[in-house]
Amino acid sequence: MIAVLQYNSGNIMSVKVALERLGHRAVITSDPEVISIADKVIIPGVGEARSAMKHLKERGLDRVIVSLKQPVLGICLGLQLMCKYSEEGDTKCLGIFDTSVKRFPDGARVPHMGWNDFVSLDKDPILKGINLSDDVYYVHSYYAGVNEYTTAVCDYGIEFSAAMRCDNFFGTQFHPEKSAAPGSLILENFIGL
Amino acid sequence: MLKKRIIPCLDIRDGRTVKGISFVNLRDAGDPVELARAYADQSADEIVFLDITATHEKRKTLAQLVEKIANAINIPFTVGGGISTREDVSVLIRSGADKVSVNSAAVIEPRLISSLADSFGSQCIVVAIDAQFTDGEWMVCINGGRKVTGLRALDWAGEAERLGAGEILLTSFNRDGTKKGFSIDITSAISDRVNIPVIASGGAGTMEHFRKVFEETSCSAALAASIFHFGEILIPDLKRYLQNNNINVRL
Repeated sequence: MIAVLQYNSGNIMSVKVALERLGHRAVITSDPEVISIADKVIIPGVGEARSAMKHLKERGLDRVIVSLKQPVLGICLGLQLMCKYSEEGDTKCLGIFDTSVKRFPDGARVPHMGWNDFVSLDKDPILKGINLSDDVYYVHSYYAGVNEYTTAVCDYGIEFSAAMRCDNFFGTQFHPEKSAAPGSLILENFIGL
Repeated sequence: MLKKRIIPCLDIRDGRTVKGISFVNLRDAGDPVELARAYADQSADEIVFLDITATHEKRKTLAQLVEKIANAINIPFTVGGGISTREDVSVLIRSGADKVSVNSAAVIEPRLISSLADSFGSQCIVVAIDAQFTDGEWMVCINGGRKVTGLRALDWAGEAERLGAGEILLTSFNRDGTKKGFSIDITSAISDRVNIPVIASGGAGTMEHFRKVFEETSCSAALAASIFHFGEILIPDLKRYLQNNNINVRL
């Protein structure tokens, strides 16, 4: 069973529907027991870091997430919440990835919205089979820089983490659930772990 | 590199796709769910659904249709038409829309933009601007073009960004449905004024028109309807043409 974390984030339905399109059953839940026994956990994310962390903390979900041992995938804001700190709302986050999230500097159009590619560093099983020419869909104003957990790099004026991994925790800054065939492959790779 | 986006727009009425010349003389162009799936397969980068009759008929966009679309496609889509409250947006987002576009209601009550951005995040709030060239100025028009306001399109775009819009969908009302090409001047002026993405709309008739709007303005995307619906231009052909002209697109 795949648990999609229910919290005050925007695109929870999109993730559930994407999984169902691929033939997988997904449960939207904020129940710590259901999350703990799920085979896989996905933390979707469109929203704002400070209110999202507040929501998770009030329900004790922050402690539940960091204690998970099964594969966990954070998408977009989900990835950012797994970092230590976000400039968005000056927010202390979950600290799974020991790195900070910053706002794109002036100069580039923000949000970084649309289809962009990434360079895979070939060490992330969920990116297996993705080619350099494959584009995925991004929409975000904040980013995690390239760091020791980075498994794929995207270039938008500055280089940032398109994907990260720390043990059983995976993150994508892009939205696999909205990224056509390459996105579906990444979701399948994650589910197949 | 970030790609320039090609966006088919499906105008919806009574659950069916329609497109007319300057929003009148509607012609039926099919089932929106089927069309959406076909466009996703043809490498459309996003799809916009506009309930074009919603504002003056006070009809709410059909959440059920949005749900069906979300089930059918794996690319982002925007829903607009008659959206005037947080509840309207909440229903659409919950039904699976990635973004919503607001138009007349935001012109009448600009604080709607900041309220929606605070609640749902800027990234899902598109401000649609219908611009009409009147007495030497590009002015904002509302209610499907029936009313020209005293607001300059360029000023309104800047204000929408300041209030928290995540993207601007700029339609040239003078060109919409004419197939004479995008209005380069206002598209360029607004794209240069704001730092959020701008979608150019209104007037696409040939592949050259798309090349021109991407070469001569800094817009992020271009939108069209009937030329796609009636197969006059196929999106894969258009993208290959743009790629051959050194415009980066997703193939």
